[in-house]
Amino acid sequence: MSILVQPDTKILIQGITGSFGGQHAKLSLDYGTQVVAGVTPGKGGQLFADKVPVFNNVKEAIAETGATVSAVFVPPPFAADAILEAVDADVELVVAITEGIPVMDMMRVAAKMEGSSTRLIGPNCPGIVTPGEGPQSSGGCRIGIAPGYIHKKGSVGVVSRSGTLTYEAVWQTTQLGLGQSTCIGIGGDPINGTSHLDVLKLFNDDPETESIIMIGEIGGDAEEEAAAWAKDHCNKPIAAFIAGATAPPGRRMGHAGAIISGGKGTAAAKKEALLDAGIAVAQTPSEMGSTLAQLL
Amino acid sequence: MNIHEYQAKELFAKFGVPTPKGKVAETAEEARNVAEGIGGQVVIKAQVHAGGRGKGTFKNGFQGGVHLSGDPDEIESLADKMIGQTLVTHQTGETGKIVNKVMVAQAVDIEKEYYLAILMDREGRCPVIVASEEGGVNIEEVAEKTPEKILRLPIDPLAGLEENDVLGISDQLGFRDDIASQFAGLLDSLHKLFLSCDCSMVEINPLVTTPDGQLLALDAKFGFDDNALYRQPEIAAMRDTSEEDPREVAASEYDLNYIGLDGNIACLVNGAGLAMATMDIIKHYGGEPANFLDVGGGATEEQVANAFKIILADSNVKGILVNIFGGIMDCDVIAQGIVAACKQVDLSIPLVVRLEGNNVEAGKETLSQSGVNLIAADDLADAAQKAVKAIAA
Repeated sequence: MSILVQPDTKILIQGITGSFGGQHAKLSLDYGTQVVAGVTPGKGGQLFADKVPVFNNVKEAIAETGATVSAVFVPPPFAADAILEAVDADVELVVAITEGIPVMDMMRVAAKMEGSSTRLIGPNCPGIVTPGEGPQSSGGCRIGIAPGYIHKKGSVGVVSRSGTLTYEAVWQTTQLGLGQSTCIGIGGDPINGTSHLDVLKLFNDDPETESIIMIGEIGGDAEEEAAAWAKDHCNKPIAAFIAGATAPPGRRMGHAGAIISGGKGTAAAKKEALLDAGIAVAQTPSEMGSTLAQLL
Repeated sequence: MNIHEYQAKELFAKFGVPTPKGKVAETAEEARNVAEGIGGQVVIKAQVHAGGRGKGTFKNGFQGGVHLSGDPDEIESLADKMIGQTLVTHQTGETGKIVNKVMVAQAVDIEKEYYLAILMDREGRCPVIVASEEGGVNIEEVAEKTPEKILRLPIDPLAGLEENDVLGISDQLGFRDDIASQFAGLLDSLHKLFLSCDCSMVEINPLVTTPDGQLLALDAKFGFDDNALYRQPEIAAMRDTSEEDPREVAASEYDLNYIGLDGNIACLVNGAGLAMATMDIIKHYGGEPANFLDVGGGATEEQVANAFKIILADSNVKGILVNIFGGIMDCDVIAQGIVAACKQVDLSIPLVVRLEGNNVEAGKETLSQSGVNLIAADDLADAAQKAVKAIAA
């Protein structure tokens, strides 16, 4: 098993007729992912790439296709409502790729999702990949914007806030022959859905995942929270990397969430919390894979 | 994004948060007129995006960016010494900031100073009110030394501000009778302003009571959510690019995410996390990064060329490290962008390139055939070590 999504998971894409959503819908189809529906209000009835039906709303798409997961590629002004539409339609998992959603909108989404059975990953994230068994890991489930071919079916669970740093970790573990069970980018925004801790718990319970790479960055306290839990509860080896040791305080380093404010959220504090929990910390981003390999 | 004090006071006025009478002036004569209009004692303040104005020094030798006077003639002469001059404070760095405007406001007698703010709390996923009866001082120090003096109250994102909560805070701050009712109105206005303007922070420090029974916001500090500026045209128009690092202003015109730093190895990276990690690894191998620069996931040849121009405009830069993990993007397209950029800018300092990902072999071939003098690196660690070594040579 893997976590959250498997090769046969049926997904729908909100914003499939946009250029960004469309490009990545095609790449997911090429990877062998079960993209069964698209949703764009007003464009119901069209066919995407000659085979994927487009619907006007999420409820209709689910009723017709049985999709259980939605990927949101809708532009920032409409993204929060798109997420809530998927939540209202009782989608199991919403993966919000959109970058640049206002924090107030995500605050509203988070409040409305309290008590909901839907899980949100993102926003502002690369998505989720469960590698397949075909050539260059094809035949897997790719939701979002990660390059499929860098993956390899295997045993490492990867969780990260950042996209390209996830790819680094994936590529390193592929080259070491370890491969990945599932890779999840949880996103770089201050208010997001699934946290580092949520993903650690899922990996800990997943028999296919034998070890974990957790990548964090400055800002907030999600890494500390995950480390505190892992100290007493996680029975799998974890290697971590924290980006932003050289970032100046008070400046937003690209991601809206990557900011050191009021002396909190520094890389040093996070590394200390990780080490205290018995997690191996890679000194450089080049050593994420090798740091993990040393634990195995 | 930061705004000036006078702009903050304009927002307060618009939303009904009471402040002393005042107005911005761009000339000494205007400052005099404002002072005459207000009458009595006024305070004149240099408008720059930096704290410590009162204790700052102008480069012309004039002391202090904040002054008090009851004489319009003196206000005019004070304004004359400030406008167009460069103010250096502990927050501006040695270069200081040019004062283009001054604010002239009614001077008020202060009975007691308080602190009041609304911030977006990422852990709580809601706005939180922070208040203290210790105002006018560094609130982080108060929080550290006497945390019991800081009141924190989360605001439910769906229910909004509730009357009982407002009364609770008001009571704990010691407000009674008319001041308590003024406070309830002020907090309601402040909350509306926070939500309507997509603020990440709005801080009043100090909030004061006066001997004649008024509650007034004396100084204000705002933070805004950059992601929401598209729907806040009025706030976006308050941006004063003369207050920002010119390199950052240029970068923002090309949709590049750039932050200038003090080192000498410039970096050009795709992805914010990887860009931070690239700075870290340069430092790890004994170098100093000159900047943070994320060209984004879909960087074009033109963007790469513009990114090169911006990092080269920094005279401290002695070498460049390009680190691209081309996931979806074709590495060959990126390589062509690098080559075109090098030729456009006539590069004369060491350039280390690490390319990985989609179609990387073709990309490396393009680089090696281009005739551009560059150092190829196999992985990120190799790239960082080569960059540090290249500038030491």
